[in-house]
Amino acid sequence: MTTETIPARSGPVLLLVGTRKGIFLLRSDAARSRWSLEGPHFLGHLAYHVVLDPRDGRTLLAATKTGHLGPALFRSTDLGKSWQEASSPPAFPKVEDGDGGRVVDHVFWLEPGLPGDPDVWYSGTSPPALFRSEDAGDTWSPVSGWNDHPNWGLWTEDGADGTPGGSLLHSINIDPRDPQHLYIGLSGGGVFESTDGGDSWKPLNRGCEANFNPVPEPEFGHDPHCLRLHPLAPDVLWQQNHCGIYRLERPSEVWERVGDNMPRDVGDIGFPIELHPRDPDTAWVFPMDGSDVWPRTSPDGKPAVYVTRDAGRSWQRRDAGLPREHAWLTVLRQAMTVDAHDPVGVYFGTTTGEVWASNDEGGEWTCVARNLPHVFSVEVAQLAS
Amino acid sequence: MKVSIPSPLLSYTQAPEVEADGATLSELLADLDQRYPGIRFRMIDEQGAIRPHMRIFINRERVVGLEEALSAEDEVQILQALSGG
Repeated sequence: MTTETIPARSGPVLLLVGTRKGIFLLRSDAARSRWSLEGPHFLGHLAYHVVLDPRDGRTLLAATKTGHLGPALFRSTDLGKSWQEASSPPAFPKVEDGDGGRVVDHVFWLEPGLPGDPDVWYSGTSPPALFRSEDAGDTWSPVSGWNDHPNWGLWTEDGADGTPGGSLLHSINIDPRDPQHLYIGLSGGGVFESTDGGDSWKPLNRGCEANFNPVPEPEFGHDPHCLRLHPLAPDVLWQQNHCGIYRLERPSEVWERVGDNMPRDVGDIGFPIELHPRDPDTAWVFPMDGSDVWPRTSPDGKPAVYVTRDAGRSWQRRDAGLPREHAWLTVLRQAMTVDAHDPVGVYFGTTTGEVWASNDEGGEWTCVARNLPHVFSVEVAQLAS
Repeated sequence: MKVSIPSPLLSYTQAPEVEADGATLSELLADLDQRYPGIRFRMIDEQGAIRPHMRIFINRERVVGLEEALSAEDEVQILQALSGG
Protein backbone atom coordinates (compact mmCIF):
# COMPACT_ATOMS: atom_id res chain seq x y z
CA MET A 1 0.00 0.00 0.00
CA THR A 2 2.84 2.39 0.79
CA THR A 3 4.06 4.07 -2.38
CA GLU A 4 7.36 5.52 -1.19
CA THR A 5 9.10 6.98 1.82
CA ILE A 6 9.32 10.62 2.76
CA PRO A 7 12.49 11.79 4.51
CA ALA A 8 12.10 13.77 7.72
CA ARG A 9 12.63 17.52 7.50
CA SER A 10 14.63 19.64 9.91
CA GLY A 11 15.23 23.28 10.65
CA PRO A 12 12.90 26.14 11.44
CA VAL A 13 9.17 26.04 10.82
CA LEU A 14 6.87 28.87 9.80
CA LEU A 15 3.25 28.62 10.91
CA LEU A 16 0.70 30.43 8.74
CA VAL A 17 -2.16 31.49 10.97
CA GLY A 18 -5.39 32.65 9.33
CA THR A 19 -7.69 34.50 11.70
CA ARG A 20 -10.93 36.41 11.72
CA LYS A 21 -8.91 39.64 11.70
CA GLY A 22 -5.94 38.92 9.47
CA ILE A 23 -2.90 36.75 8.91
CA PHE A 24 -0.14 36.13 11.44
CA LEU A 25 3.11 34.24 11.00
CA LEU A 26 4.87 32.30 13.75
CA ARG A 27 8.53 31.55 13.08
CA SER A 28 10.46 28.95 15.09
CA ASP A 29 14.13 28.33 15.72
CA ALA A 30 15.67 25.11 14.44
CA ALA A 31 14.71 23.24 17.60
CA ARG A 32 11.10 24.44 17.29
CA SER A 33 11.25 25.56 20.91
CA ARG A 34 11.34 29.34 20.48
CA TRP A 35 8.79 31.20 18.41
CA SER A 36 8.41 34.77 17.25
CA LEU A 37 5.20 36.37 16.00
CA GLU A 38 5.04 38.43 12.81
CA GLY A 39 2.15 40.37 11.35
CA PRO A 40 -0.61 41.10 11.04
CA HIS A 41 -1.05 41.04 7.32
CA PHE A 42 -4.45 42.22 6.05
CA LEU A 43 -5.51 43.43 9.50
CA GLY A 44 -9.28 43.36 9.77
CA HIS A 45 -9.75 40.92 6.91
CA LEU A 46 -11.22 37.48 7.37
CA ALA A 47 -8.37 35.16 6.45
CA TYR A 48 -9.81 31.69 6.03
CA HIS A 49 -6.80 29.78 4.75
CA VAL A 50 -3.16 30.59 4.09
CA VAL A 51 -1.11 27.92 2.37
CA LEU A 52 2.50 27.63 1.19
CA ASP A 53 3.08 26.02 -2.17
CA PRO A 54 5.22 23.01 -1.18
CA ARG A 55 6.41 22.71 -4.78
CA ASP A 56 8.39 25.93 -4.81
CA GLY A 57 8.67 26.59 -1.07
CA ARG A 58 8.09 30.33 -1.44
CA THR A 59 4.63 31.10 -2.85
CA LEU A 60 1.84 31.77 -0.38
CA LEU A 61 -1.84 31.86 -1.27
CA ALA A 62 -4.32 33.51 1.08
CA ALA A 63 -8.11 33.32 0.89
CA THR A 64 -9.64 36.46 2.37
CA LYS A 65 -12.64 38.74 2.45
CA THR A 66 -13.88 41.46 4.73
CA GLY A 67 -17.22 41.66 6.43
CA HIS A 68 -18.80 43.42 3.48
CA LEU A 69 -16.48 43.45 0.49
CA GLY A 70 -16.41 40.56 -1.91
CA PRO A 71 -13.82 37.81 -1.57
CA ALA A 72 -10.23 38.25 -2.63
CA LEU A 73 -7.38 35.83 -3.12
CA PHE A 74 -3.84 37.11 -2.61
CA ARG A 75 -0.47 35.66 -3.60
CA SER A 76 2.96 36.31 -2.18
CA THR A 77 6.21 35.02 -3.63
CA ASP A 78 8.39 36.38 -0.82
CA LEU A 79 6.80 34.71 2.22
CA GLY A 80 4.45 37.58 2.92
CA LYS A 81 6.68 40.62 2.43
CA SER A 82 4.47 41.69 -0.46
CA TRP A 83 1.14 40.47 -1.82
CA GLN A 84 -0.51 40.56 -5.24
CA GLU A 85 -4.22 40.08 -5.76
CA ALA A 86 -5.32 37.25 -8.06
CA SER A 87 -6.40 38.85 -11.32
CA SER A 88 -9.37 36.50 -11.77
CA PRO A 89 -10.51 34.98 -8.45
CA PRO A 90 -12.90 32.04 -8.12
CA ALA A 91 -16.34 33.12 -9.38
CA PHE A 92 -19.37 31.45 -10.90
CA PRO A 93 -20.23 32.12 -14.54
CA LYS A 94 -22.63 35.01 -15.04
CA VAL A 95 -26.19 33.91 -15.68
CA GLU A 96 -27.46 35.80 -18.70
CA ASP A 97 -30.91 36.64 -17.40
CA GLY A 98 -29.29 37.93 -14.23
CA ASP A 99 -31.63 35.99 -12.00
CA GLY A 100 -30.66 33.08 -9.81
CA GLY A 101 -26.98 33.04 -10.57
CA ARG A 102 -24.73 31.77 -7.82
CA VAL A 103 -22.24 34.02 -6.07
CA VAL A 104 -19.04 32.99 -4.29
CA ASP A 105 -19.27 34.27 -0.73
CA HIS A 106 -15.73 33.30 0.17
CA VAL A 107 -12.93 30.92 -0.66
CA PHE A 108 -12.58 28.53 2.24
CA TRP A 109 -10.02 25.91 1.22
CA LEU A 110 -6.83 26.11 -0.84
CA GLU A 111 -5.10 22.98 -2.11
CA PRO A 112 -1.92 22.85 -4.18
CA GLY A 113 -1.77 20.31 -6.99
CA LEU A 114 0.70 17.45 -7.24
CA PRO A 115 4.43 18.00 -7.83
CA GLY A 116 3.95 17.00 -11.46
CA ASP A 117 1.46 19.85 -11.95
CA PRO A 118 3.53 22.72 -10.56
CA ASP A 119 1.10 25.56 -11.33
CA VAL A 120 -2.15 23.79 -10.47
CA TRP A 121 -4.21 24.76 -7.43
CA TYR A 122 -7.73 23.86 -6.36
CA SER A 123 -10.00 25.92 -4.14
CA GLY A 124 -13.23 25.14 -2.33
CA THR A 125 -15.76 27.83 -1.61
CA SER A 126 -18.96 28.75 0.14
CA PRO A 127 -21.44 27.95 -1.38
CA PRO A 128 -19.82 24.56 -1.97
CA ALA A 129 -18.12 24.87 -5.34
CA LEU A 130 -14.78 23.75 -6.74
CA PHE A 131 -12.39 25.91 -8.76
CA ARG A 132 -9.05 25.23 -10.41
CA SER A 133 -6.09 27.40 -11.33
CA GLU A 134 -3.41 26.41 -13.82
CA ASP A 135 -1.25 29.49 -13.38
CA ALA A 136 -0.21 29.28 -9.75
CA GLY A 137 -3.37 30.87 -8.40
CA ASP A 138 -3.59 34.02 -10.51
CA THR A 139 -6.68 33.06 -12.55
CA TRP A 140 -9.33 30.50 -11.63
CA SER A 141 -11.92 28.52 -13.56
CA PRO A 142 -14.96 26.64 -12.27
CA VAL A 143 -14.74 22.84 -12.20
CA SER A 144 -18.04 22.57 -13.99
CA GLY A 145 -18.22 18.78 -13.57
CA TRP A 146 -18.89 19.50 -9.90
CA ASN A 147 -20.38 23.00 -9.87
CA ASP A 148 -22.89 22.19 -12.64
CA HIS A 149 -23.45 18.55 -11.78
CA PRO A 150 -27.15 17.63 -12.20
CA ASN A 151 -27.20 16.58 -8.53
CA TRP A 152 -25.38 19.66 -7.19
CA GLY A 153 -28.56 21.14 -5.76
CA LEU A 154 -29.63 17.78 -4.34
CA TRP A 155 -26.25 16.99 -2.78
CA THR A 156 -25.77 20.48 -1.34
CA GLU A 157 -29.38 21.43 -0.64
CA ASP A 158 -28.74 24.21 -3.13
CA GLY A 159 -25.81 25.33 -1.05
CA ALA A 160 -28.11 26.39 1.77
CA ASP A 161 -27.64 23.59 4.30
CA GLY A 162 -24.58 25.11 5.77
CA THR A 163 -22.44 25.40 8.81
CA PRO A 164 -22.73 28.65 10.79
CA GLY A 165 -20.17 30.19 8.43
CA GLY A 166 -21.99 28.99 5.32
CA SER A 167 -22.15 25.76 3.38
CA LEU A 168 -18.60 24.68 2.56
CA LEU A 169 -16.56 22.67 0.12
CA HIS A 170 -13.40 21.67 1.98
CA SER A 171 -10.83 18.89 2.30
CA ILE A 172 -9.75 18.69 -1.33
CA ASN A 173 -7.55 15.59 -1.50
CA ILE A 174 -5.61 14.56 -4.60
CA ASP A 175 -4.37 10.98 -5.01
CA PRO A 176 -0.58 11.34 -5.32
CA ARG A 177 -0.55 8.52 -7.90
CA ASP A 178 -3.16 10.08 -10.15
CA PRO A 179 -4.07 13.78 -10.43
CA GLN A 180 -7.42 12.80 -11.93
CA HIS A 181 -8.44 11.07 -8.70
CA LEU A 182 -9.99 13.59 -6.30
CA TYR A 183 -11.87 13.47 -3.02
CA ILE A 184 -13.77 16.42 -1.53
CA GLY A 185 -15.76 17.04 1.64
CA LEU A 186 -18.98 19.02 1.92
CA SER A 187 -20.44 20.46 5.10
CA GLY A 188 -23.10 19.46 4.73
CA GLY A 189 -23.34 17.00 1.92
CA GLY A 190 -20.76 14.30 2.51
CA VAL A 191 -17.63 12.94 0.87
CA PHE A 192 -17.51 12.74 -2.91
CA GLU A 193 -15.02 11.12 -5.28
CA SER A 194 -14.01 11.78 -8.86
CA THR A 195 -11.71 9.58 -10.92
CA ASP A 196 -11.72 11.75 -14.04
CA GLY A 197 -10.32 15.06 -12.86
CA GLY A 198 -13.64 16.39 -11.64
CA ASP A 199 -15.79 15.65 -14.69
CA SER A 200 -17.98 13.18 -12.79
CA TRP A 201 -18.59 12.52 -9.11
CA LYS A 202 -20.14 9.96 -6.80
CA PRO A 203 -20.94 10.01 -3.07
CA LEU A 204 -18.64 8.02 -0.77
CA ASN A 205 -20.42 7.92 2.56
CA ARG A 206 -21.49 4.33 3.28
CA GLY A 207 -20.89 3.40 6.89
CA CYS A 208 -20.93 6.98 8.11
CA GLU A 209 -23.63 7.96 10.52
CA ALA A 210 -25.86 10.97 9.83
CA ASN A 211 -27.93 11.11 13.00
CA PHE A 212 -29.51 14.41 11.97
CA ASN A 213 -31.06 12.73 8.93
CA PRO A 214 -34.24 10.65 9.30
CA VAL A 215 -33.13 8.37 6.45
CA PRO A 216 -31.33 5.39 8.08
CA GLU A 217 -28.41 5.05 5.65
CA PRO A 218 -28.47 8.02 3.33
CA GLU A 219 -26.25 8.04 0.25
CA PHE A 220 -25.31 11.69 0.85
CA GLY A 221 -26.16 14.53 3.21
CA HIS A 222 -23.48 13.66 5.78
CA ASP A 223 -21.26 16.15 7.51
CA PRO A 224 -17.56 15.40 7.16
CA HIS A 225 -15.68 18.04 9.14
CA CYS A 226 -12.24 17.14 7.82
CA LEU A 227 -11.04 14.51 5.36
CA ARG A 228 -7.40 13.45 4.96
CA LEU A 229 -5.66 11.11 2.56
CA HIS A 230 -2.22 9.85 3.50
CA PRO A 231 0.40 10.58 0.83
CA LEU A 232 2.22 7.30 1.53
CA ALA A 233 -0.91 5.21 1.71
CA PRO A 234 -3.32 6.90 -0.67
CA ASP A 235 -5.80 4.06 -0.43
CA VAL A 236 -6.42 5.06 3.19
CA LEU A 237 -8.73 7.94 4.03
CA TRP A 238 -9.38 9.37 7.48
CA GLN A 239 -12.36 11.50 8.39
CA GLN A 240 -13.34 13.54 11.41
CA ASN A 241 -17.07 13.66 10.90
CA HIS A 242 -19.90 15.42 12.72
CA CYS A 243 -20.80 11.88 13.85
CA GLY A 244 -17.41 10.47 14.77
CA ILE A 245 -13.96 9.48 13.53
CA TYR A 246 -13.88 7.20 10.50
CA ARG A 247 -11.30 5.37 8.40
CA LEU A 248 -11.69 3.88 4.95
CA GLU A 249 -9.41 1.49 3.08
CA ARG A 250 -10.08 1.48 -0.64
CA PRO A 251 -11.32 -0.23 -2.68
CA SER A 252 -13.87 -0.64 0.11
CA GLU A 253 -16.60 1.98 0.04
CA VAL A 254 -17.68 1.43 3.63
CA TRP A 255 -16.20 3.66 6.32
CA GLU A 256 -15.27 2.13 9.69
CA ARG A 257 -15.95 4.17 12.82
CA VAL A 258 -12.57 3.95 14.54
CA GLY A 259 -13.74 6.68 16.92
CA ASP A 260 -15.70 4.00 18.76
CA ASN A 261 -12.34 3.18 20.35
CA MET A 262 -12.06 6.63 21.93
CA PRO A 263 -12.82 6.94 25.68
CA ARG A 264 -16.59 7.08 26.14
CA ASP A 265 -16.47 10.15 28.38
CA VAL A 266 -14.58 12.09 25.72
CA GLY A 267 -16.30 10.83 22.62
CA ASP A 268 -15.14 11.13 19.02
CA ILE A 269 -16.64 14.43 17.91
CA GLY A 270 -14.36 17.18 16.67
CA PHE A 271 -13.37 19.27 13.68
CA PRO A 272 -9.77 18.50 12.60
CA ILE A 273 -7.85 15.31 11.97
CA GLU A 274 -4.15 15.28 11.12
CA LEU A 275 -1.95 12.46 9.85
CA HIS A 276 1.67 11.57 10.58
CA PRO A 277 3.71 12.39 7.47
CA ARG A 278 5.57 9.07 7.51
CA ASP A 279 3.31 6.67 9.40
CA PRO A 280 -0.11 6.08 7.84
CA ASP A 281 -1.37 4.42 11.04
CA THR A 282 -0.85 7.55 13.17
CA ALA A 283 -3.40 10.36 13.44
CA TRP A 284 -4.19 13.19 15.85
CA VAL A 285 -7.61 14.65 16.71
CA PHE A 286 -8.85 17.36 19.05
CA PRO A 287 -12.09 16.15 20.65
CA MET A 288 -14.89 18.57 21.40
CA ASP A 289 -18.16 18.37 23.24
CA GLY A 290 -20.81 17.24 20.78
CA SER A 291 -23.49 16.57 23.37
CA ASP A 292 -26.76 18.36 23.96
CA VAL A 293 -26.69 21.65 22.03
CA TRP A 294 -23.17 21.02 20.75
CA PRO A 295 -20.96 23.37 22.78
CA ARG A 296 -18.04 22.47 20.47
CA THR A 297 -15.61 23.11 23.34
CA SER A 298 -13.12 20.78 24.99
CA PRO A 299 -15.07 18.10 26.89
CA ASP A 300 -15.48 19.12 30.54
CA GLY A 301 -13.25 22.14 29.93
CA LYS A 302 -10.17 19.90 29.88
CA PRO A 303 -8.51 20.19 26.47
CA ALA A 304 -6.52 17.32 25.04
CA VAL A 305 -5.22 16.00 21.79
CA TYR A 306 -5.71 12.29 21.18
CA VAL A 307 -3.39 10.20 19.06
CA THR A 308 -3.70 6.75 17.56
CA ARG A 309 -0.65 4.81 16.39
CA ASP A 310 -2.46 1.68 15.31
CA ALA A 311 -4.90 2.91 12.69
CA GLY A 312 -7.57 3.85 15.19
CA ARG A 313 -7.71 0.65 17.21
CA SER A 314 -6.62 2.57 20.31
CA TRP A 315 -6.23 6.24 21.26
CA GLN A 316 -4.02 7.93 23.84
CA ARG A 317 -4.61 11.25 25.56
CA ARG A 318 -1.90 13.91 25.03
CA ASP A 319 -2.50 16.87 27.33
CA ALA A 320 0.81 17.59 29.10
CA GLY A 321 1.25 21.35 29.21
CA LEU A 322 -2.35 22.11 28.29
CA PRO A 323 -4.64 23.74 30.90
CA ARG A 324 -5.96 21.20 33.40
CA GLU A 325 -9.42 22.73 33.80
CA HIS A 326 -11.71 25.61 32.79
CA ALA A 327 -10.29 25.82 29.29
CA TRP A 328 -13.19 25.79 26.87
CA LEU A 329 -11.21 25.58 23.67
CA THR A 330 -12.54 25.17 20.16
CA VAL A 331 -10.25 24.12 17.30
CA LEU A 332 -11.73 24.44 13.84
CA ARG A 333 -11.19 22.01 10.97
CA GLN A 334 -8.30 23.91 9.37
CA ALA A 335 -6.72 24.98 12.65
CA MET A 336 -4.62 21.89 13.36
CA THR A 337 -1.57 20.77 11.42
CA VAL A 338 1.70 18.86 11.56
CA ASP A 339 5.20 19.42 10.26
CA ALA A 340 7.48 16.81 8.67
CA HIS A 341 10.22 16.72 11.33
CA ASP A 342 11.27 13.74 13.40
CA PRO A 343 9.71 13.81 15.91
CA VAL A 344 6.73 15.39 14.22
CA GLY A 345 5.60 18.82 15.37
CA VAL A 346 1.87 19.13 16.02
CA TYR A 347 0.15 22.53 16.16
CA PHE A 348 -3.31 23.89 16.76
CA GLY A 349 -4.99 27.28 17.03
CA THR A 350 -8.10 28.10 19.00
CA THR A 351 -11.07 30.35 18.46
CA THR A 352 -9.88 32.18 21.58
CA GLY A 353 -6.72 33.26 19.79
CA GLU A 354 -4.13 30.85 21.14
CA VAL A 355 -1.66 28.78 19.16
CA TRP A 356 -0.25 25.69 20.81
CA ALA A 357 2.78 23.72 19.65
CA SER A 358 4.33 20.37 20.45
CA ASN A 359 7.72 19.43 19.02
CA ASP A 360 7.43 15.82 20.18
CA GLU A 361 4.27 14.50 18.55
CA GLY A 362 1.97 15.77 21.28
CA GLY A 363 4.04 14.67 24.28
CA GLU A 364 4.34 18.19 25.67
CA TRP A 365 2.43 21.32 24.66
CA THR A 366 3.50 24.95 24.78
CA CYS A 367 1.38 28.00 24.08
CA VAL A 368 3.37 29.92 21.46
CA ALA A 369 0.89 32.76 20.86
CA ARG A 370 -2.08 34.13 22.72
CA ASN A 371 -4.47 37.07 22.37
CA LEU A 372 -4.70 36.64 18.63
CA PRO A 373 -8.08 36.94 16.93
CA HIS A 374 -10.32 33.89 16.42
CA VAL A 375 -8.12 31.36 14.60
CA PHE A 376 -9.58 29.84 11.45
CA SER A 377 -6.55 27.97 10.15
CA VAL A 378 -2.99 26.93 10.95
CA GLU A 379 -0.70 25.56 8.26
CA VAL A 380 2.99 24.69 8.26
CA ALA A 381 5.39 26.31 5.85
CA GLN A 382 8.54 24.23 6.04
CA LEU A 383 11.53 26.54 5.63
CA ALA A 384 14.89 25.56 4.22
CA SER A 385 17.23 24.04 6.81
CA MET B 1 -15.98 62.43 -13.34
CA LYS B 2 -15.22 62.33 -9.65
CA VAL B 3 -15.80 59.13 -7.72
CA SER B 4 -15.74 58.96 -3.92
CA ILE B 5 -14.10 55.82 -2.56
CA PRO B 6 -14.88 54.32 0.88
CA SER B 7 -12.06 53.53 3.27
CA PRO B 8 -12.20 49.72 2.77
CA LEU B 9 -11.27 50.26 -0.88
CA LEU B 10 -8.46 52.78 -0.37
CA SER B 11 -5.94 49.96 -0.64
CA TYR B 12 -6.79 49.99 -4.35
CA THR B 13 -6.96 53.74 -5.10
CA GLN B 14 -4.73 55.21 -2.36
CA ALA B 15 -7.04 58.25 -2.52
CA PRO B 16 -10.58 58.96 -1.25
CA GLU B 17 -11.56 60.59 -4.52
CA VAL B 18 -10.49 59.49 -7.98
CA GLU B 19 -11.36 60.16 -11.61
CA ALA B 20 -13.10 57.59 -13.82
CA ASP B 21 -15.17 57.72 -17.01
CA GLY B 22 -18.18 55.98 -18.49
CA ALA B 23 -21.53 56.66 -20.10
CA THR B 24 -23.18 54.32 -17.61
CA LEU B 25 -22.41 53.20 -14.08
CA SER B 26 -21.41 49.83 -15.50
CA GLU B 27 -18.88 51.48 -17.82
CA LEU B 28 -17.59 53.65 -15.00
CA LEU B 29 -17.01 50.60 -12.80
CA ALA B 30 -15.22 48.87 -15.68
CA ASP B 31 -13.01 51.94 -16.08
CA LEU B 32 -12.31 51.97 -12.34
CA ASP B 33 -11.31 48.32 -12.55
CA GLN B 34 -8.95 49.10 -15.43
CA ARG B 35 -7.29 51.77 -13.34
CA TYR B 36 -7.39 49.81 -10.07
CA PRO B 37 -7.48 46.09 -10.90
CA GLY B 38 -9.70 44.02 -8.66
CA ILE B 39 -11.73 46.86 -7.16
CA ARG B 40 -14.93 46.08 -9.07
CA PHE B 41 -15.25 42.50 -7.80
CA ARG B 42 -15.06 43.70 -4.22
CA MET B 43 -18.18 45.84 -4.85
CA ILE B 44 -20.05 43.94 -7.56
CA ASP B 45 -20.59 40.18 -7.58
CA GLU B 46 -20.14 37.91 -10.57
CA GLN B 47 -23.83 38.18 -11.42
CA GLY B 48 -23.57 41.95 -11.75
CA ALA B 49 -25.32 42.83 -8.48
CA ILE B 50 -24.08 45.43 -6.03
CA ARG B 51 -22.92 43.48 -2.97
CA PRO B 52 -25.32 43.60 -0.01
CA HIS B 53 -23.52 46.14 2.14
CA MET B 54 -22.31 48.40 -0.66
CA ARG B 55 -24.19 51.53 -1.64
CA ILE B 56 -23.69 53.60 -4.76
CA PHE B 57 -25.10 57.10 -5.12
CA ILE B 58 -25.25 59.32 -8.22
CA ASN B 59 -25.64 62.96 -7.30
CA ARG B 60 -26.63 61.76 -3.82
CA GLU B 61 -29.41 59.48 -5.03
CA ARG B 62 -29.00 55.79 -4.38
CA VAL B 63 -28.96 53.48 -7.39
CA VAL B 64 -29.49 49.72 -7.37
CA GLY B 65 -28.67 48.81 -10.99
CA LEU B 66 -25.57 49.32 -13.07
CA GLU B 67 -27.20 50.66 -16.22
CA GLU B 68 -27.81 54.15 -14.87
CA ALA B 69 -26.69 56.78 -17.40
CA LEU B 70 -23.90 59.14 -16.38
CA SER B 71 -22.68 62.48 -17.64
CA ALA B 72 -19.36 64.18 -17.05
CA GLU B 73 -20.74 66.50 -14.35
CA ASP B 74 -22.20 63.71 -12.25
CA GLU B 75 -20.80 62.91 -8.87
CA VAL B 76 -20.56 59.24 -7.92
CA GLN B 77 -20.24 58.17 -4.31
CA ILE B 78 -19.45 54.64 -3.27
CA LEU B 79 -20.20 53.92 0.37
CA GLN B 80 -20.01 50.86 2.53
CA ALA B 81 -21.72 49.91 5.74
CA LEU B 82 -19.34 49.34 8.64
CA SER B 83 -21.64 47.24 10.77
CA GLY B 84 -20.33 44.07 12.34
CA GLY B 85 -17.61 43.23 14.80
